[in-house]
Amino acid sequence: MKKSMLPFYLFVVTLNLSCAQDAENKVITPTNIPFTAELFIDELQTPWGFAFLPDGSVLITEKAGELIHFADGEKSMIGNVPKVYDRGQGGLLDIVLHPNYDENGWLYISYASEDGDEKGGNTTIMRAKLKDNALTENQVLYKAGPNTTKGQHFGSRIAFDNEGYLYFSVGDRGNRDENPQDITRDGGKIYRIMDDGSIPTDNPFVGTDGAKTAIYSYGHRNPQGLVKNPETGKIWDHEHGPKGGDEINIIEKGANYGWPVITYGINYSGTPITDKTEMDGMKQPIHYWVPSIAPSGMAFVTSDKYDDWKGSLLVGSLSFQYLERLVMDGNKVLSREKLMDAVGRVRDVREGPDGLIYVAIEGKGIYKLVPKK
Amino acid sequence: MKTLVLLYCCSVSVVVMLLFQDTELKKSMERGQEIYADFCVTCHLDKGEGVPYTFPPLAASDYVMENREGSIKAIKYGLQGEITVNGVTYNSAMAAMGLEDEEVADVMNYISNSWGNSSKAIVTIEEVAKIQK
Repeated sequence: MKKSMLPFYLFVVTLNLSCAQDAENKVITPTNIPFTAELFIDELQTPWGFAFLPDGSVLITEKAGELIHFADGEKSMIGNVPKVYDRGQGGLLDIVLHPNYDENGWLYISYASEDGDEKGGNTTIMRAKLKDNALTENQVLYKAGPNTTKGQHFGSRIAFDNEGYLYFSVGDRGNRDENPQDITRDGGKIYRIMDDGSIPTDNPFVGTDGAKTAIYSYGHRNPQGLVKNPETGKIWDHEHGPKGGDEINIIEKGANYGWPVITYGINYSGTPITDKTEMDGMKQPIHYWVPSIAPSGMAFVTSDKYDDWKGSLLVGSLSFQYLERLVMDGNKVLSREKLMDAVGRVRDVREGPDGLIYVAIEGKGIYKLVPKK
Repeated sequence: MKTLVLLYCCSVSVVVMLLFQDTELKKSMERGQEIYADFCVTCHLDKGEGVPYTFPPLAASDYVMENREGSIKAIKYGLQGEITVNGVTYNSAMAAMGLEDEEVADVMNYISNSWGNSSKAIVTIEEVAKIQK
């Protein structure tokens, strides 16, 4: 009897393990919403990224190539913005302030540029200062190559960690068979550089023959979310899967995240990419979405403005057009909430210096989540 | 006899022209299929089915079939504001894709001859070039 029960126990245990993700993969619509969404900046086309300046004004990147300054309810255009390759998912993309912006005034901007010999474009990271409503001292810190006319997967999110290292993502640029698993090629990577563009000497592939030494981790598809976890100081990303299989990953030095060798997604046509979801030497995501929500923008809540939200992760959904709140316990997703349902394609989400949450929506603008008293 | 020869010549040239346009269309559609997989499939999905109330369908779409100029314009310059497709209202935003005129023509030829759409009059680069914002 004892012996015959063993397969049954195994079955139950396996069932529990395989269902571990299922509870998290059901998004719930909460009844108690601790905010009202107020349109803060109107009439934006594709607000890809935005950053708050110390004076409370906002810089907004429009994918088509405009850098907008929003101050005292008025928009103005920032001059001397680099020419961008506005094609497919490329254009003027992320914007982030240096952690010591007050002292050094450096702004970091990602965009798709055509610089180089080949036709097409690729992801570029630059820094500049703001003076008289124009960028000045523009310096390109990294330009991924080669250029390609492919429209997909520029990545392009930027984040700083507590030590002042700058991380950025470059997606696989529509070349999943060649780029993500090859550390001698750009694309499908998270990079780590110093704030002046130099390569840290302890980067994982420094000294590896032919490697792009700015690479910090590889095997990524298209990370459009990259933030520092304020609790642990670690860099987290989320990335678009194909059909299904969007992921949240904790970025570790030299690690391989598996794309396209392992994935929880399939081709858009419904055919499989691989039959493997895990493999030795390849990292597992801490969470994956099936079906895909098409995540863009990512922010941890650090303020106490919204009931029990502190420590939650906010992620925009392009395809389902809502803001998602992931209730976290350390590295574990406990539950998922759908907020601002049907609001439009959510491109970016940030916590402002006032502790409030701001959400950028394509075709609309930037909303402020005003806490309910 | 003269009329017969003339008639013969005419029919041959018409057939040749039709065949020629047919292969032109086929080639354009093949290129368009690649553009579609690169720029369009993430939202409009593999068979142009779209997502109800979110991303309008391109398959068997009255908008694509009855609004040729509007469709080309949307591919060329992007689209914003309310539109109605197969009786459903959509109010989302599509960014301009930055395609070259030839690519717009190719993907339009692919879309308007796939998944229940049919349009034998080929979209040309010249037609795309003429359409202004």
